[in-house]
Amino acid sequence: MVKDSAAFRHRFLPYLLVAPQVTITLVFFIWPAAQALYQSFLIEDAFGLSTEFVWFENFQFLLSDPGYLHSFKVTMVFASCTTFLSMGASLLLAVMADRVIRGAMIYKTFLIWPYAVAPAIAGVLWYFLFNPSIGILAYVIQSAGYDWNHYLQGSDAMILVIMAAAWKQISYNFLFFLAGLQSIPRSLLEAAAIDGASPFKRFWTVVFPLLSPTTFFLLVVNVVYAFFDTFGIIHATTSGGPAGATEILVYKVFNDGFIGLDLGGSAAQSVLLMFMVGIFTILQFRYVEKKVEY
Amino acid sequence: MFSEVLKMRKGFLNPILFLLGLTINCFGADIVWWHAMGGTLGEKVNEIASRFNKSQSEHSIKPIYKGNYTETMTGAVAAFRAKKHPHMVQVFEVGTATMMAAKGAIYPAYQVMKDAGIPLNPSAYLQAVTAYYTDAKGNLLSMPFNSSTPVLYYNKEAFRLAGLDPDRGPRTWNEFEDYAKKIQKVGYPCGFTTGWQSWTQLENYSAWHDLAFASLGNGFNGLNSSLLINSPEHIKHVETLARWQKSRIFDYGGRRSDAAPKFYNGECAMYINSSASYSPIRENVRTFQFGVSMLPYWEGAKGAPQNSIIGGASLWVLRGHKPEDYKAVASFFSFLTSAEVQADWHQFTGYLPITHTAYELSREQGFYKKNPGTETAILQLTHKKPTVRSKGIRLGNFVQVRDVINEELEAVWGGQKSASKGLNSAVKRSEILLRKFERANSR
Repeated sequence: MVKDSAAFRHRFLPYLLVAPQVTITLVFFIWPAAQALYQSFLIEDAFGLSTEFVWFENFQFLLSDPGYLHSFKVTMVFASCTTFLSMGASLLLAVMADRVIRGAMIYKTFLIWPYAVAPAIAGVLWYFLFNPSIGILAYVIQSAGYDWNHYLQGSDAMILVIMAAAWKQISYNFLFFLAGLQSIPRSLLEAAAIDGASPFKRFWTVVFPLLSPTTFFLLVVNVVYAFFDTFGIIHATTSGGPAGATEILVYKVFNDGFIGLDLGGSAAQSVLLMFMVGIFTILQFRYVEKKVEY
Repeated sequence: MFSEVLKMRKGFLNPILFLLGLTINCFGADIVWWHAMGGTLGEKVNEIASRFNKSQSEHSIKPIYKGNYTETMTGAVAAFRAKKHPHMVQVFEVGTATMMAAKGAIYPAYQVMKDAGIPLNPSAYLQAVTAYYTDAKGNLLSMPFNSSTPVLYYNKEAFRLAGLDPDRGPRTWNEFEDYAKKIQKVGYPCGFTTGWQSWTQLENYSAWHDLAFASLGNGFNGLNSSLLINSPEHIKHVETLARWQKSRIFDYGGRRSDAAPKFYNGECAMYINSSASYSPIRENVRTFQFGVSMLPYWEGAKGAPQNSIIGGASLWVLRGHKPEDYKAVASFFSFLTSAEVQADWHQFTGYLPITHTAYELSREQGFYKKNPGTETAILQLTHKKPTVRSKGIRLGNFVQVRDVINEELEAVWGGQKSASKGLNSAVKRSEILLRKFERANSR
């Protein structure tokens, strides 16, 4: 045994072993991020033929641009609703699935399925369901007397993208919640039941607190998901419209950078976005984590 | 080891393969042409290239599909920055100013032809098409490839039911309103819808009524141009459409061609969109016959109807390759603009022919008789000589300017803003984008 551990006294092997991961992180994450940071200080034409170093002018412009502040608000509404809806729904489903005895496997498989759907496909799926002219669900809503039109009504469009984004994430959350639920010792629940606690009371006083590490983890993941990974859904359904009602920050980065070819402004936006998510994550770890019982 | 890691992160393989692809494309002896024509259009592009390659033995054109217009343009810009750009790239009309401003990157089409010693006769081209892509002196900067212009499609069945003449569309907007109301009375929920609203309802509205869309000759005469779409005439039109939205004489259906199903399924009896929508409409409309007519104009408007303007894309030549490569590009251009190739492209795709000879050849071949309505677009473009206000529009950051216009119009249709408030705000917000472009490109 002593001899074995001696092998790890090798000086370079550990570095060699982590080198691929470090290389990938450097090449694919750190390098582009540094590039974005540098680009955000420039005003440049699309072809890069004339470049002007402008320090923080791109940032100043963004922070005084009502369109950007609007997009920020839209993102907040979108991210909080998506996170709340998808976590709430999946917690409910997980609690239900946890209680099912017969055919549990089938339920679970079906609930996990949507996770395999690509965001753009999920977007298109919901787009067809709710298309005001040809959508089945839009038809149902319209016959119920509500004039559903997400091309025209910002709130309709917002509801559509929130539903699509939340639906897409339910499977992932479900999986973690279910695992969390299954790791709760039965004896605790039985003890509570013997003490006369109702199922509702048992959930809030025993299950939910014990589930808090999972919930906290999912909160972080879902917020990051809503900020970044929902691009495909927005792109396939509303393209940020109508009138910018669903233009979340990450979509604006794409729109200004890749469609508008305003590279400096777009880079400044991604830098701000990076900081924002960083701050959120720190806040979550600082304040929310204190309430978590491991 | 490294490949193991790569396997774990499959997503990262794609960019690497993409880069490999780029390198292979650029070291070949081929003349590379990046384009944005998918599906059957893409096959037609390949056919044109292979016909050119067979017609002579010196050069070989290699067309590569690069995704939609924005992806193709962004791809070419990124490739240029990495010095791995193609010889030719297809760029949509709104990217014209961006390309033009990149003086060190582009090789103007007229120059390419001149340097190769191939004469280019400007009068052979349909002026309404080429004008969009010429500089202030009338020199052709890029080769028009696929051009279209908006026309009015209408449901003949609806016209018949409403007691209207199915062989004639409404000429004026005043007549249009009357038609739409009659059609709604016989049970059609919606009068009309439109695709590409900024292009059809503001850009072409301006040209068709001989109104300025932007200052400095719609931006042709300088980067210091501003939008002029908050004029009383523009406000009146948008105000009317907003009023119509309430009773669904007009029904908004999305920014691009998302509104098409509303016409296909008979919900809206009239539809304004590109002349190139002709074949998708023919494929998708099953239950009724449809007619094509010119865009309506407001009765009593001075100068209306003028001529409409085009949309679509043109081929830009990028600098930085060997001189003999550009000879090949020039000879490809002269092949591309020959009457046979143009007529075939025009008849197959519904895009406009760019030369008079191709137009005449199509007529001789009886194409317009066999496909009623296909000539409407050409007549609409050519029935008058273009003025400074109907030559085209050339604005920097035009993609974003259109986005701003789309957003403001959506707010007007949705009732959140009045027409004048929306258009004023569109002008104000575009100003920032236009000045930003001016600044980045005037050094």
